[in-house]
Amino acid sequence: MCGIAGCVGLHAGAAPPAIEDLVAMAGALRHRGPDEFGLYRDARAGLAHTRLSIIDLATGQQPLSNEDGTLWIVFNGEIFNYLELREELVALGHRFRTRSDTEVIVHAWEAWGEGAFGRFNGQFAVALWDSLRGRLVLARDRLGVRPLYLAEHEGRVWFASEVKAIFAGAPGFHRELDPVGLAETFTFWTVVPPQSIFRGISELEPGHVRTWENGAWQDRAYWTPRYPAAPGEGFQGSLDEATERVGAALEQAVSLRMLRADVPVGSYLSGGLDSSLVAALGRRVKGDRFLTFSIRFEEAEYDETPFQRAVVDRIGSDHREVVVGRQGIAAVFPEVVAHAERPLLRTAAAPLFLLSRLVRDSGIKVVLTGEGADEMFAGYDLFREGKVRRFWGRRPGSSLRAGLLKRLYPWLARSPVAQRRMAEEFFGRSREQWAAPGFAHQTRWGPAAALQRLFTDDLRHQAGAVDVVGRLLATLPAAFPAWTPLAQDQYLECRTLLSGYLLASQGDRMLMANSVEGRFPFLDADVVELANALPPSHKLWGLDEKHVLKRAALGIVPDEVVRRAKQPYRAPDALSFVGADAPAWVGDAVSPEAVRRAGVFAVEGVDRLWRKCQASGGGPLSNADNMALVGVLSTGLLHEQLVRRAPERATGLRFQTSVDRLRDPHPGPGGIEDHAENRPT
Amino acid sequence: MTTEERIKQFIVENFYVSDAAALTAETSLINGGWIDSTGMLEMVAFLEVEYAIQVSEEELVPENFETIARMVAYLDGKRAQKAPLR
Repeated sequence: MCGIAGCVGLHAGAAPPAIEDLVAMAGALRHRGPDEFGLYRDARAGLAHTRLSIIDLATGQQPLSNEDGTLWIVFNGEIFNYLELREELVALGHRFRTRSDTEVIVHAWEAWGEGAFGRFNGQFAVALWDSLRGRLVLARDRLGVRPLYLAEHEGRVWFASEVKAIFAGAPGFHRELDPVGLAETFTFWTVVPPQSIFRGISELEPGHVRTWENGAWQDRAYWTPRYPAAPGEGFQGSLDEATERVGAALEQAVSLRMLRADVPVGSYLSGGLDSSLVAALGRRVKGDRFLTFSIRFEEAEYDETPFQRAVVDRIGSDHREVVVGRQGIAAVFPEVVAHAERPLLRTAAAPLFLLSRLVRDSGIKVVLTGEGADEMFAGYDLFREGKVRRFWGRRPGSSLRAGLLKRLYPWLARSPVAQRRMAEEFFGRSREQWAAPGFAHQTRWGPAAALQRLFTDDLRHQAGAVDVVGRLLATLPAAFPAWTPLAQDQYLECRTLLSGYLLASQGDRMLMANSVEGRFPFLDADVVELANALPPSHKLWGLDEKHVLKRAALGIVPDEVVRRAKQPYRAPDALSFVGADAPAWVGDAVSPEAVRRAGVFAVEGVDRLWRKCQASGGGPLSNADNMALVGVLSTGLLHEQLVRRAPERATGLRFQTSVDRLRDPHPGPGGIEDHAENRPT
Repeated sequence: MTTEERIKQFIVENFYVSDAAALTAETSLINGGWIDSTGMLEMVAFLEVEYAIQVSEEELVPENFETIARMVAYLDGKRAQKAPLR
């Protein structure tokens, strides 16, 4: 995996980029690619690249160019079908000088233009600079596995894999948290691209390509999720046929991700269905030693050890574990937030940070994960809940239908009456509007948005300028109303939580923090198209989630893993930060001075929240209190580390590739001199 | 301090409200997202202790707790029930 960055003068005649700025950007992304650094500069553009070599040859450097050195690329990610594309391109007459997927992108762009991106089955963020036409092209994979941010500043566009690199390259850029970004976070649990959490910074949307040419930006979706919109559309086969197709597509997806790497590939293993299936399939591809990695929790409530062990026994992997508790989470949380570069409402990213550290310390650079299965095959409670609530909403007075909530959430049956009554009130809210877009997500968005009561008056006023839910729902695809309710819910889930939160805060950023590349078989292009084409009943069979996937997993993973009730991945939340063991930074973060400095939350509100959490004496806190405290602390840490603190400007990096057209106008093509097996990542 | 003021004070404190002025006697607490189902348990526990009452299962309906005004009315009703006994 890699980091990419650069800056381009928006108009010819701007001052050329400074080498020191490019070095500072590369330095800020060192964790994404600690092995090699590369840069390119001409009179108008500069590109920087940090590489995580996944082969041991000192080759495959970027930036890389086309044959005549007019088109330059920096690329972060993998194009898993690059060999197939390469064959096509060779047949079209393209000549290759490396064996890298990076060069495939260059030729694919020359051959197919923007149409190239839709042909990629991969996870990528890429910047292409056409120095002849003065054209910059930025593109991102379909679902947003790999990040890309951009900002305009003093006549240039600055872009990078992580925002901290833009801040480092342009220290004069005004750093500030964005009120609308905060409102989105305290609604959807994440910003929704192109919105970012920083004012003036834009996140390229997944599946989009943004081009600067002739003095203007063009932003276009080269791919959007599609679901059957009418009877007769989509997959028409039986459940058995669907099971077989899903199994085969996954096998292929895992196989591609195991084999298209020149270093050993391991796997995460949570003990749930998704990662167990991925690990089991990975083990089949890998004949020799295969490493699996698990998080165990000190607290039984979150722990899944018995299921992890059952899978390990079954597949015979070389297994490693990290045991995580409240103190461990609190200790790394500031670092976690600095990498996530956004407020977090849950601590679940922290154990994943510790897990990727274990992977790196085990000498592994690439892991498979089960991320994406819940979105593609309808695994979340939210989908089941949406189905029950809609069913109830069609007969709003039916107490029998309301009773289904207890089947959905067995804890309700055991709860005090007050809680049950109020839960019914909560889940039944506005149920007569069951057909409205976003209906299923109200139960998540509402409580998160209610936490905005902690905002300062000033912020609440500024944030109120945009109705963030209305804005999201106003940008739905034209076909959205024709999709089934489940497809609508899946779409919104991908658009919000998957790309903004799971793949970013818990995915890319936690993996890259320790220089580990994640690969996501459930987000394989063919798996996604197949899953989206399936009828809803194959995914959600009654209230049985991921039904077709469970059938496909039978016989591959242990039965107890297939049949177990879904356990959402959770970690100890706010309780990590209260009590005598809490680290010193917590007290600093909730101090009136720090709260006032960040300007996001009112001092009195934070004081009340903090006293309430402390008074709990370590006992369980409500969901709202948990999210509130984690949100307050993470927002404070974000402000302190990325806004208030001046960015570090690295110097003295050793660049393996350095093409400076200002000093040497005719160096010829770059990055392709010695390239035995270069697989830039 | 009136009952209304006391209940409001508890909500502001327990549910960490920054802008107390935004909370009125008619603010919809459950539908407005101020109080979730766990929060309602905290609310009921407060009322039981503060006003020495028992909230029965039948009384545990949103109609009695949706706003501060409803809670005040509910408490008035409880007091009226108690009065003839004296």
